[in-house]
Amino acid sequence: MSDAAATTAPIVKPKISRDDWIMRIAMMLIAVYLLVGIAFPLYALLAKSFQNADGQFVGLANYITYLTTPALSWSIGNSFKVTLIATVIVMFIAFIYAYALTRSCMPAKSLFKGIALVPILMPSLLPAISLVFFFGNQGIIKEWLFGAELYGPIGIVMGEVFYVFPHVMTIMLISMSLSDARLYEASEVLGASKIKTFFTVTLPSMRYGLVSAFFVAFTLIITDFGVPKVVGGQYNVLATDVYKQVVGRHDFQMGAVVSMALLIPAAFAFIADRIVQRKQVALLSARAVPFQPKPNPMFDRIMLAFCSLVGFIILSVLAMAAFSSVVKFWPYNLSLTTKHYNFQLMDGGGWDSYFNSIELAAWTAVFGTAIVFFGAFLVEKSRGFQHGRTAMQALCMVPMAVPGLVLGLAYVFFFNHPDNPLGFLYHTMPILVICTITHFYTVAHLSAVTALKQMDPEFEAVSQSLKAPFYKTFWRVTVPVCTPAVLDISMYLFVNAMTTVSAVVFLYSSDTTLASVAVLNMDDAGDQSPAAAMGMMIVCTAAGVRLLHMILTRGIQSRTQAWRKR
Amino acid sequence: MASDNVAPYLKIVDVTKKFGDFTALQGISLEVFEKEFVCFLGPSGCGKTTLLRAVAGLDIQTSGQIFQKGRDISALPPSERDFGIVFQSYALFPNLTVRANVAYGLENQKVAKPKIEQRVTELLDLVGLPDQGTKYPAQLSGGQQQRVALARALATEPGLLLLDEPLSALDAKVRAHLRHEIKELQHQIGVTTIMVTHDQEEALTMADRIVVMNNGVIEQVGTPLEIYSQPASPFVADFIGTTNFIDAKLVTPTSARVGNTDLSLSASPPGIAEGTEVTLCIRPEDVLTGSRADGAPNQMTLPIHHVEFLGSFHRLHTDPVGGGAGLMIDVSVARAREIDISVGGSIRVALPAEHMNVYTAQR
Amino acid sequence: MNAGFSKFLKSATFGVAALGLFAATPAKAVDLTVYTAVEADELAGFKKAFESDNPGITINWIRDSTGIVTSKLMAEKDNPQADVVWGLAATSLMLLGNEGYFQGYAPKGLDKIEKKFYDTVNSAPQWVGQRAWIASVCYNTVEGKKNNLPIPTDWKDLTKPVYKGHVIMPNPNSSGTGFLDVSSWIQMMGEDDAWKYMDALHENISRYTHSGSAPCKLAARGETPIGVSFAYRGAKSKSEGAPLEVVAPSPGVGWDLEAFAIVHNTKKLDAAKKLADWSVSEKAMEMYNESYAVVSMVGKSKPVENFPAGIEGKMIQNDFAWAAKNRIRILDEWRKRYDSKSDPK
Repeated sequence: MSDAAATTAPIVKPKISRDDWIMRIAMMLIAVYLLVGIAFPLYALLAKSFQNADGQFVGLANYITYLTTPALSWSIGNSFKVTLIATVIVMFIAFIYAYALTRSCMPAKSLFKGIALVPILMPSLLPAISLVFFFGNQGIIKEWLFGAELYGPIGIVMGEVFYVFPHVMTIMLISMSLSDARLYEASEVLGASKIKTFFTVTLPSMRYGLVSAFFVAFTLIITDFGVPKVVGGQYNVLATDVYKQVVGRHDFQMGAVVSMALLIPAAFAFIADRIVQRKQVALLSARAVPFQPKPNPMFDRIMLAFCSLVGFIILSVLAMAAFSSVVKFWPYNLSLTTKHYNFQLMDGGGWDSYFNSIELAAWTAVFGTAIVFFGAFLVEKSRGFQHGRTAMQALCMVPMAVPGLVLGLAYVFFFNHPDNPLGFLYHTMPILVICTITHFYTVAHLSAVTALKQMDPEFEAVSQSLKAPFYKTFWRVTVPVCTPAVLDISMYLFVNAMTTVSAVVFLYSSDTTLASVAVLNMDDAGDQSPAAAMGMMIVCTAAGVRLLHMILTRGIQSRTQAWRKR
Repeated sequence: MASDNVAPYLKIVDVTKKFGDFTALQGISLEVFEKEFVCFLGPSGCGKTTLLRAVAGLDIQTSGQIFQKGRDISALPPSERDFGIVFQSYALFPNLTVRANVAYGLENQKVAKPKIEQRVTELLDLVGLPDQGTKYPAQLSGGQQQRVALARALATEPGLLLLDEPLSALDAKVRAHLRHEIKELQHQIGVTTIMVTHDQEEALTMADRIVVMNNGVIEQVGTPLEIYSQPASPFVADFIGTTNFIDAKLVTPTSARVGNTDLSLSASPPGIAEGTEVTLCIRPEDVLTGSRADGAPNQMTLPIHHVEFLGSFHRLHTDPVGGGAGLMIDVSVARAREIDISVGGSIRVALPAEHMNVYTAQR
Repeated sequence: MNAGFSKFLKSATFGVAALGLFAATPAKAVDLTVYTAVEADELAGFKKAFESDNPGITINWIRDSTGIVTSKLMAEKDNPQADVVWGLAATSLMLLGNEGYFQGYAPKGLDKIEKKFYDTVNSAPQWVGQRAWIASVCYNTVEGKKNNLPIPTDWKDLTKPVYKGHVIMPNPNSSGTGFLDVSSWIQMMGEDDAWKYMDALHENISRYTHSGSAPCKLAARGETPIGVSFAYRGAKSKSEGAPLEVVAPSPGVGWDLEAFAIVHNTKKLDAAKKLADWSVSEKAMEMYNESYAVVSMVGKSKPVENFPAGIEGKMIQNDFAWAAKNRIRILDEWRKRYDSKSDPK
């Protein structure tokens, strides 16, 4: 169109209202939080990887050392190998499991859905400890490995499959429930066989879900530290290498280099997943008729058998952890005792570490939910300031791509730097809270955004026309309407704060020992029964919080039924 | 109403809005007078909602100015402008009762509690929902929700009421009913109102003046009757009601050649040179048929291909006049009893010059 | 770190105080921050005893495993948080001492401490040993019998084919105990023979653990018949009822000291000195002796139940300075030889 008009007419510079200012300042504060929480520490980490022990810049020297030291660089191959194997296996199992839940008419579906989520409640160390009691040299069914050694790739793969199963299964479940029944009807009418339908309708319709599940599993496994720590034996992987470099050899520069080696694949997998997710959303918005499975006794029975087996294994792993925590002296004295719960006599900080964990989880849930939800609100609902919002949105995505160990080590470099005015946070509960909130920021942010997107976009316009300040509408409308999402986020943060090891293992102090780290340290010292006991404390607490969340959600729903229900 | 010696209530001067490379509004200028009911009408994507949002300050224009009661509000945020707004989605706060929704704006004006209560009751009476105050929005029907939204927008007595497709989410019956009610209400309280709609019937029945928009520009501004009977462009003619387009070439200012026939015109607009390709527009109901065509100029006989029965009238589809598309002719049911409109037969028609509008051909 | 980064930090963190959701806890008058690797169950007793002897001073333990405490101290090098490091491996203390971490102080009663158990290089010793922490082999009698394994009495025994896959030892790269084993073998056998020995031993090792106490605990539970660990751990597990034999193999066993040192920039020097004085007192020595057979005060060591008999005589002539100086070289060599072979068989 006419460029002349555009160049002659003066551009209107919108006046920024008081609300806009408040929102921008609030957004800047949250951006500063994220910069301090993730960007600066990562920079410190990156800088460290280019320095020698005396802090002089040495270019790529550390990287060259790394790549030319087979003991170190082999871990890259090892990590990829076990990660890929475990990913393929878990996808296969999770696929059938999710398929049974969506496409069969087997009974007790919600029970199986619940069982599949059990591993989420455990720190990844715990299933690995269970594996030791199953398949270790004194394991009750070690023969099942036909003489193969648990400690090494076999143990890592088994543990990781267990650990990521719920995440992968959930993605597959969502992806399968998006399938359009009309396509199946069409396929049936056209006389296609079941198998042909599977390959022409089922698989293509969930391709994004499969790809996304793959990347999520890949990232979770390659960055997981708990499983290889316990059952990795001599099989070195990147995650345990970071720990070994720092804790064993006090070689922080090399720790930083290995961290970068871990960060890169994780970041790539994350970016790939984001791209795929965006496409999946487009698929989602299309209107589809949900698929309703028809009974097929034979198929339903096979599916029930499969799910029962998987469910049994999951519960066995949990049961074994519970059992081993109350056995007096495995394997010589199997009488029961509660002495392993007397954490006071053990490494790892005793009962204090359990209560510290609760404290950490509670602060993380409270502050994390507040920051994340308010931040998401500002990104989604503020006016103008497009560049700021885009930058903020991008910043919110970064934590997901950063493995916990990397984040934790980055915090050490950043917060313990003598020139850092925030140094007083080092070794305190707040730094653990900041680290944990940051570590789990992205997922929480995305669920907040999803909830906010479901709200009428005109609420803000209406409240502006009614001269209501944005924070009034935020409190009186946005938060109440989004209460279920707010509860979800706080529960997510709480449970993860309870179970996480990797991000906090470099950051705790003797005043702030944590239950999950205690599991690690007790296992490390060979005290596996007390480690299992502390692990069980975490599981019970996480389960309790989940239960509380369920009751709260139900309660709120019934209290607010009046406006939710027609 | 729209007289020249009264200062306009709202004055839009040369407003342009760009989204990146896309120009959504191009040099829009418009005046709206006090107590007037104006409709922005056009197909989706024409820029009507963008213009409304610019007036509200929700999406501020790239360039150009907007004055409300003489005050330059061009750059002001919505909270510093004076308007109430109703959206197609109603945007009622779902967790607040009807009363709380209506009271929401009043609370921000620091009005005393009893006064708020009194005003809310008044407004609910006004929109015909005196007994629904304690319910939540989801418990009301669509039409009721829209009335609550209207009451909420009017609660603070804004100088300007903006309605963004307020009726499109409702079913036909409710829509027709509410149309009337909103118009009544607007008349009663005399608030200057701008409504965005893509529904020509809504615009024709409700508006004092209609602003027809297309591709980011204003095609025509006028009363419903002006817009209907003297559309300023083939677009307007086509968008509002139904129109026959006849390709022709201007021979003299008062006659045009269609195929081998010359049609006489009442007058063609100035500035169209003789010999120019033109488009003649005539509405199907303006074509004279049967005995009424007798003695009229521009007479012809056309074979009937197809007849549609549309309730109160029949629409005949005939051969084209000259080249181009066939002609549509509306024949009332009463008239159809007098003439033969069977398919395969022919009909004698006349195209009255005074109902034929001439535009430069847009090819 | 370079000045650019410092500047970046300072400018980048402006106004972050606004985020200060939490306030730092104010420090008490005389509150000693003491980093330690002494086992958790002993610490309460030490704290109580010291505090009752020195009213007005409280100990705030920061406890973790040797490896982690050392990394923590290392990480805080530029900005030390501890006042005293107490009950940490002497090797670690020397490593830190080389960085100028500590200040020398001769505690009252130093004359009663065995010369080999404190820093004699500096006129005012930077570190003073409290008790010895001695390598030993834990042998599970039940599993040993099952697999027909004789009790090893010499380090060389462990390279015999019969033990293949039955031995676990700590990884020296992550465990202080692992390092003292390797360092003692090199000191006893000479560099070349020691590496040959370890090459042979490597063939029998089923895995290397991160922690030094884990091999013994694993042996106690029968996860492995033989765990190379340290005497205190073995004796303790045995006392708890594990079917263990704790052996101090010939010709000698490596050892390290639990020692203490005062951090150079401490603001609580007086209190730190009081802790140092107390730590070499007779009373403290008696407490050390409750669970460790060898303490640093001359003539004070009494045998402890389940410790290998005559273990004191088997302690090698340990050259800490040499060990600290060669630590990284030895660890790199070890990693090159054994860590890269860690692919599955």
